[in-house]
Amino acid sequence: MASNATDYIKHHLTFWNSAHETGGFWSLHIDTFSISLLLGFIFLAVFAGVARGASLDKPGRLQLFVEIVIDMVNTQVKEVFHAKSKVVGPLALTIFCWVFLMNFMDLFPVDLFPMIAQWIGFTFFGMEPHHVFLRVVPSADVNATFAMSLSVMILIIAFSIKAKGVGGYTKELLTAPFHASHPIGAIILAPVNFVFQMVELVAKPISLSLRLFGNMYSGELIFILIALLPIGAQWVLGAPWAIFHILIITLQAFVFMMLTIVYLSLAVEAH
Amino acid sequence: MEFNATLLGQAITFAILVWFTMKFVWPPLTNMMDERAKRIADGLAAAERGKQDLLAAEKRVADELNKARQQSTEIMLGAEKRANQIVEEARETARQEGARLVADAKAEIDQEVLRAKETLREQVATLAVAGAEKILRKEIDATKHADLLASIKAEL
Repeated sequence: MASNATDYIKHHLTFWNSAHETGGFWSLHIDTFSISLLLGFIFLAVFAGVARGASLDKPGRLQLFVEIVIDMVNTQVKEVFHAKSKVVGPLALTIFCWVFLMNFMDLFPVDLFPMIAQWIGFTFFGMEPHHVFLRVVPSADVNATFAMSLSVMILIIAFSIKAKGVGGYTKELLTAPFHASHPIGAIILAPVNFVFQMVELVAKPISLSLRLFGNMYSGELIFILIALLPIGAQWVLGAPWAIFHILIITLQAFVFMMLTIVYLSLAVEAH
Repeated sequence: MEFNATLLGQAITFAILVWFTMKFVWPPLTNMMDERAKRIADGLAAAERGKQDLLAAEKRVADELNKARQQSTEIMLGAEKRANQIVEEARETARQEGARLVADAKAEIDQEVLRAKETLREQVATLAVAGAEKILRKEIDATKHADLLASIKAEL
C-alpha cells in the first residue's frame, strides 16, 4: 500500500511531457499548455460573445454576470491605478478570469480527467495506462504561473520606461531608495540602489507566481491525499476542503490580479 | 519545479488572451456600461427636472389663480361702487329735476295768481265803477269823478 500510495501520488504529479522522459528545456507540458489554452478560449468565447451581443437596455443574465466581473475589475483598477492606460483593465480582467478558470480545474475530482485520459490512451493508442499522465490544474505548474508573472514584470519595466523615459527610469534605478545630496555620495550609493531595485523588481514576479503555484499545488496535493482515504471517508475531508478551496481559488485569482495592478501603478508613479 | 518550453507557450497564450481582451472584450463592454450609467443618470436628472418644473408650474397656477381672484374682487368692488355712484347721481338729478319742476310750477302759479289778481282787480274796478255808475247815474258824472274812481281803483 505504501509504495502503491507513493506511486499514485507520483503519477498524479507527473506532467504529460512532450518528450518521453522529462527532458530538457525544449519539451512541453502538453496538459498544462492545452488545458490553459482551452480555458483561455472559453473565457474569450464567453466574454467576447457577450460583448458582441451586448444589449444596453435589456441585458441577459449572462451579460449581467459578465458585467459584474468587469465592473469588479474596473473598480479595482480605477481605485489603484490612477494613470490612463488601455492595457491595465483588460490585463487585470484576463488575469482574474484565466487564473480563476485554471484554479477551478482543482475542483474536479482528482481522478476524473486522468482516468478518462488513461482510458482513451489505452483504447485508441494502445498505451499502457500507467504511462498516461495528465495534470489538469495549469496553475499548479510553475511554467504557467511564471509565464504570467514574468509577463507582468516585462510590463512593469515597459510601464516605467513609458512613464519616466529611459533616462528617468535609469536614474530612479540608481538613486532610489537611498538619496544622497552630495554627488560623491550619490555615486557610492548608486550600486547599492541598483541592487535594491533589482531585488525589488525580481521579487515581484517570483512572489506573484510562487504564491499562486504554492496554493494550487498544495491544494491539489491535499485532494490527492484525500483520494487515498477509504472511499467512505473521503467526503468527510473532501467536502470541507473543496468548499474551502472555492474561496482559495477565487482569492488567489483576485490577489494575482490586484498585485499586478498595484505593481503597474507603482511603476508609473514617481518615487 | 521544472522549467521548460511550456513557459514560452504559456506566455504567448497569455499575450494573445490579453490582446484579444483588449481589442474585443474590454472596450465595448466598458463603453456600454458607461453609456448605461450615463443614461440612467440623465434619466434621473430629467425626472428631477420634471419634478421641479411641475412644482414651478403648480406655483404659477396658484399665483395666477390668486391674482385672478383678487382681480375679480376688485372688479366687483368697483362695479358696486360705480353702481352706487350712478344711483346717487340719478337720485341727485331727480331731486334737482323735481325741485326745478316745483319751482317752475310755483312760478307759474304765482304768475297765474298775479294775472288773476290783475284781471280780478280790473273786473272789480269795472264792476265797482259799473255799480257806482248805476248808483250814481243820477248824481255823479263819470267824467267829473274820474280822479276819485282812479284812486279807488288803485286801492283795490
